[in-house]
Amino acid sequence: MPVRLTRDEVAKVADLARLQLTDADLERYTEQLGAVLDHAEDVASLNLDDVPPTSHPLPLVNVLRADVIVEGVDREEVLSQAPSVEDRRFRVPAILGEEP
Amino acid sequence: MSSLPTTAIEIASAVRAGSLSAREVLDDHLSRIEEREGEIHAFNLVMVDEARAAAAAVDAIVAAGGDPGPLAGVPLALKDNLCTRGIPTTCSSRILEGWRPPYDATVVQRVNAAGAVSIGKTNLDEFAMGSSTENSAFGPTRNPRDIGRVPGGSSGGSAAAVAAGFAPISLGSDTGGSIRQPAALCGVVGVKPTYGLVSRYGLIAFASSLDQIGPFSTTVADSALLLEAIAGHDNRDSTSIDSPSPSLLESLDGGVDGLRIGLVTELMGEGIAPDVAARVRQAADALTAAGAQVGEVSVPAAAYGLSAYYLIAPAEASSNLARYDGVRYGMRVDAPTTAEMNAATRSAGFGDEVKRRIMLGTYALSAGYYDAYYGKALKVRTLIVRDFERAYADFDLLLTPTSPTTAFRFGDKTADPLSMYLNDICTIPTNLAGHPAMSVPFGGGADGMPVGVQLLAPALAEATMFRAAAVLEAAAPALDEVWS
Repeated sequence: MPVRLTRDEVAKVADLARLQLTDADLERYTEQLGAVLDHAEDVASLNLDDVPPTSHPLPLVNVLRADVIVEGVDREEVLSQAPSVEDRRFRVPAILGEEP
Repeated sequence: MSSLPTTAIEIASAVRAGSLSAREVLDDHLSRIEEREGEIHAFNLVMVDEARAAAAAVDAIVAAGGDPGPLAGVPLALKDNLCTRGIPTTCSSRILEGWRPPYDATVVQRVNAAGAVSIGKTNLDEFAMGSSTENSAFGPTRNPRDIGRVPGGSSGGSAAAVAAGFAPISLGSDTGGSIRQPAALCGVVGVKPTYGLVSRYGLIAFASSLDQIGPFSTTVADSALLLEAIAGHDNRDSTSIDSPSPSLLESLDGGVDGLRIGLVTELMGEGIAPDVAARVRQAADALTAAGAQVGEVSVPAAAYGLSAYYLIAPAEASSNLARYDGVRYGMRVDAPTTAEMNAATRSAGFGDEVKRRIMLGTYALSAGYYDAYYGKALKVRTLIVRDFERAYADFDLLLTPTSPTTAFRFGDKTADPLSMYLNDICTIPTNLAGHPAMSVPFGGGADGMPVGVQLLAPALAEATMFRAAAVLEAAAPALDEVWS
């Protein structure tokens, strides 16, 4: 039998996904994600050692186009939609000095 | 009662001939929106000014002796995850509220170039994650056939807009059934084309290896018309198939004489409501009567489709949705550091189901679980592709229900995500394989709500699929025909 997803694991995943969850959220998600993963045991328990994976429906490799300059999106139009801009760049709060 | 034509083909034909103006057509549809949109909520935005300008431009072309194109003057609704330059595009999420994209999606450019009049952006489950539109941050869409029931999802707004007569055609996106299931629940036609047939440029990504844009309409021919207009190679989508757009309308009346059509055993038993299964058998009989050879076929790996999908799609989503970090677009919740700002923004901006899927995907991809979950799911995808290949060695098309039940009531499945996910069991295998499939209305269920039957075809066999759809459309029982 698979080990049931724990609250601590859910908290760790939330942190990895940059989501802040309340205690109530954590309880609920632990239960709900556990139920989905239980259902997924039908797949997780299959022996598929000899089966290659399919990550994409089309067998595409290195799609190329002619090396011709085309007009891109307008820089000012893009910047006009950002929450904070300075000197024609996206502005963010402090990065240096953060915990890794 | 309106005396104007109601199908896209009739409207475009009359507008091109100069016997009907795009303005009249638009006014007719805007008045219907005025009448019922309050109770349906198909739209996040009705583009009245832009639509009037587009209709005037179409009429000016006709007046000057020109041809506005195959969709001349046809009102068209766009799912609100398709980018429209300068016009808000939200994915029904708070995190994108107010954002105005700096470019048009390729499909938007193509329908505009074909003379269509875009009338609005339709509601969806947030980021197309859901089967009822109950996950929209802006409130659910209601089923026009019974406003106490869901329209399906995630393209519920696009399905409802067509079912309510707000537009004869609309565009949606389908990652695990998000066009076909709402089409079935609202009683309209909905098509998921072959992966790569329609450019995804400007479709806001959910699960990139599964997403595909497709049409809704009231008639099979109108979906053929719209798919012809949007299909075809696009340099800006590297997964776009480099082949000419299919010709669907000219072979639409070809019939099914001699076609081999397989009823998928695994999708006719457990989990499928008896009234829905009965309509599918009735559809099989109609195809037989029209000359097709109908038999049963087994696609065993289809049984694992749901589990594989709910690992693969969230995994891709967790990666695609990493871009909503409060830096380049949409909302930002301020915090002292960038990492804190990212987390505060995402926590406030994403709804419950989106968070759930991001977490599920992050977990399935994380160290120690990748092989057991995501890796296994990719291998199951191979099994599904192989099983379909075997089935298509003996059959030209497959037939299944679209949705296991007719439209359910609001709140019935929101407490238990897994019960909501089970809505997609019949539609998911096609997305995993990258094949085309479509839902065609075929009478009602025991509750009088529409039933959709699903036709599946091998990659790029849309023309054959549409021929069978036209036969089913002609044979379909009326929705109000008494259930026996």
